[in-house]
Amino acid sequence: MNVVVCLKQVPGTTQVKIDPETNTLIRQGIENIINPFDTYAIEEGVRLRERFGGKVTAISMGPPQAETALKEAISLGADEGILLSDPAFAGADTWATSCTLFMALRKLEKYDLIICGRQTLDGDTGQVGPQLAEMLALPFIAYVSQIEEVADGEMRVRRMVEDGYEIMESSLPTVLTVVKEINTPRLPSLRGIARSKSASIPVWGVEELNADPDKVGLSGSFTRVVRIFSPQRVCRGEIFQGDVEDQVDCLISRLKDDGFL
Amino acid sequence: MMGSYKGKGMGNEDYSGIWVFAEQRNGQIKNVAYELLGRARELADALGVELSAVCFGHEVDDVNGLIAHGVDKIYLVDSAELGDNQEDLLTQQLVELVQQHRPEILLAGATALGRAFIPRVAAALPTGLSADCTDLDIDADKRLLLQTKPTFGGNILAVITCPEARPQMATVRPHVFSLHETDGSRKGEIIKVDFKRERYTSRTKLVEFVAEVAETVKIEEADVIVAGGRGLEKAENFEMIQELASVMGGAVGATRVAVDEGWLAYPHQIGQTGKTVCPRLYIAVGISGALQHVVGMQTSECIVAINDDPHAPIFEVATYGIVGDLFQVVPLLIEKLKKR
Ligand SMILES: Cc1cc2nc3c(=O)[nH]c(=O)nc-3n(C[C@H](O)[C@H](O)[C@H](O)COP(=O)(O)OP(=O)(O)OC[C@H]3O[C@@H](n4cnc5c(N)ncnc54)[C@H](O)[C@@H]3O)c2cc1C
Ligand SMILES: Nc1ncnc2c1ncn2[C@@H]1O[C@H](COP(=O)(O)O)[C@@H](O)[C@H]1O
Repeated sequence: MNVVVCLKQVPGTTQVKIDPETNTLIRQGIENIINPFDTYAIEEGVRLRERFGGKVTAISMGPPQAETALKEAISLGADEGILLSDPAFAGADTWATSCTLFMALRKLEKYDLIICGRQTLDGDTGQVGPQLAEMLALPFIAYVSQIEEVADGEMRVRRMVEDGYEIMESSLPTVLTVVKEINTPRLPSLRGIARSKSASIPVWGVEELNADPDKVGLSGSFTRVVRIFSPQRVCRGEIFQGDVEDQVDCLISRLKDDGFL
Repeated sequence: MMGSYKGKGMGNEDYSGIWVFAEQRNGQIKNVAYELLGRARELADALGVELSAVCFGHEVDDVNGLIAHGVDKIYLVDSAELGDNQEDLLTQQLVELVQQHRPEILLAGATALGRAFIPRVAAALPTGLSADCTDLDIDADKRLLLQTKPTFGGNILAVITCPEARPQMATVRPHVFSLHETDGSRKGEIIKVDFKRERYTSRTKLVEFVAEVAETVKIEEADVIVAGGRGLEKAENFEMIQELASVMGGAVGATRVAVDEGWLAYPHQIGQTGKTVCPRLYIAVGISGALQHVVGMQTSECIVAINDDPHAPIFEVATYGIVGDLFQVVPLLIEKLKKR
């Protein structure tokens, strides 16, 4: 069973600040990590390979330093990594990102499953998985919390919905997004770390992908970010005074005035 | 599957009107659809265009009622096969309707369903889409939808536009827009669309649905949430939280600590790695207000904090605060509320 895992390198914190002068995110001094949700995707891919054989290919679009994330994926059990990197890919929105991944998958030979994370920390969209599936014209299942069965080119999974879960079936290849309930990612093994050190990560750019430059990066993006800002916390807070009884009375009367009671 | 190419074919002036996807589950239209319609009506008026709802399902209750919420037209696709929201069918049917009728804006709730299939609609058309927006506005001169969405777990907000492709698409977080008053005298039109099943393929199969959260109120949809944290100390003390929640007609939430301790099941966890909620009233009991928790509830309309540490960060986001021992405050609050 050949599994492709899509992962993104993201800043390792959500406490990012905006540079008031340039109006862009301050990324300096922030360590980059594998998007936490994607670590569940890697782990699930590795578990499937352990059960069924085959290989796990980790693939990421990003700047040259995203190679680190792919090497880390190898230390966690992936067999190989492919970096999609080209100055022309910069500024991609989810459509252009999905399109770049789509072109890379077209180039890969045989795969049975593509696993994405639920969403990224920095984009927070959760759109790349479904959009990639649509472009590949493959079945898509979101929020998978358990892979129940894989046999004869079919799979059965459990996926979370708001009020419970659904058992879904589809034929392979399929695109999945996974949630954190699906597994507990392992730590890198010594063998994995050794393998990742010696691994070479091929880099595919516009040329290797035979990409239409109009479909990647900023020029392939339909959306534009026109402004970023930090949310203003309206602190109209009121701390009640007095003994417990007074405080509780005060709270009840405010809630009443505000129409909550 | 990739559709026609951006910038070619239709000009933007060929696209007009706002559409809202009126999601149903078990034949009931979800609240988020009504919330969206309230705001979408204002946006449609700002642009001087029609507002339409698109509803897919089987024998959906009170489709007519959408008109009172500000809708001019309803595209209703009724078929037994659409009742359980098979995403493949929804995707293909919506793409087809959009290509036929060309709305300039298409909005949907950022629900589990919306976030799973709306991206596919955008990819197939193709056009831009922003996810999980918390505000929408119109730049009337440029006729652009201004889509505000949180990133980095809510620490940064971004305003996004889709300058060229149409429709401009966004999924919108439930509860960010309040319900508007309905107007029963409004006139509107229901357009019944024939569902041509044979034209579409479904690549996945729903075998079974298992209901799990045995709550009377689901936390994403609750107007009131009472949440507890480490301050509760043990599972039995959550009975107090449960009681306060039922007195207030609300649902129970928890911090990750409370969930990790096993005091409450995971579906109750609120925050960065749990659920994002936006109730009208959020009562935080024995919760410190760690950022990872706050990002999941900070857009609540009113936040009440009960904590014995006056320096707890939860007071920074609270509308009302009681500095005190929760084991005194909460029982008294329950008692007084019950007497009312
Ligand atoms: C990557 C990551 C993701 C995370 N995701 C989440 C998430 O999704 N949701 C989440 O909630 N957390 C999350 N966390 C954990 C988060 O950082 C905090 O640890 C957690 O929210 C703290 O929970 P708490 O407020 O219940 O506990 P504490 O921080 O221990 O706070 C307990 C509070 O109760 C008060 N208290 C104690 N006794 C009483 C009493 N008798 N009366 C009144 N007050 C009392 C104390 O003063 C204190 O302020 C995440 C952390 C990480 C690193
Ligand atoms: N640049 C990227 N390279 C590879 N995979 C990505 C990239 N961006 C997003 N993904 C995948 O798509 C998922 C959803 O991302 P997003 O739509 O950005 O929230 C992530 O969890 C990844 O699995």
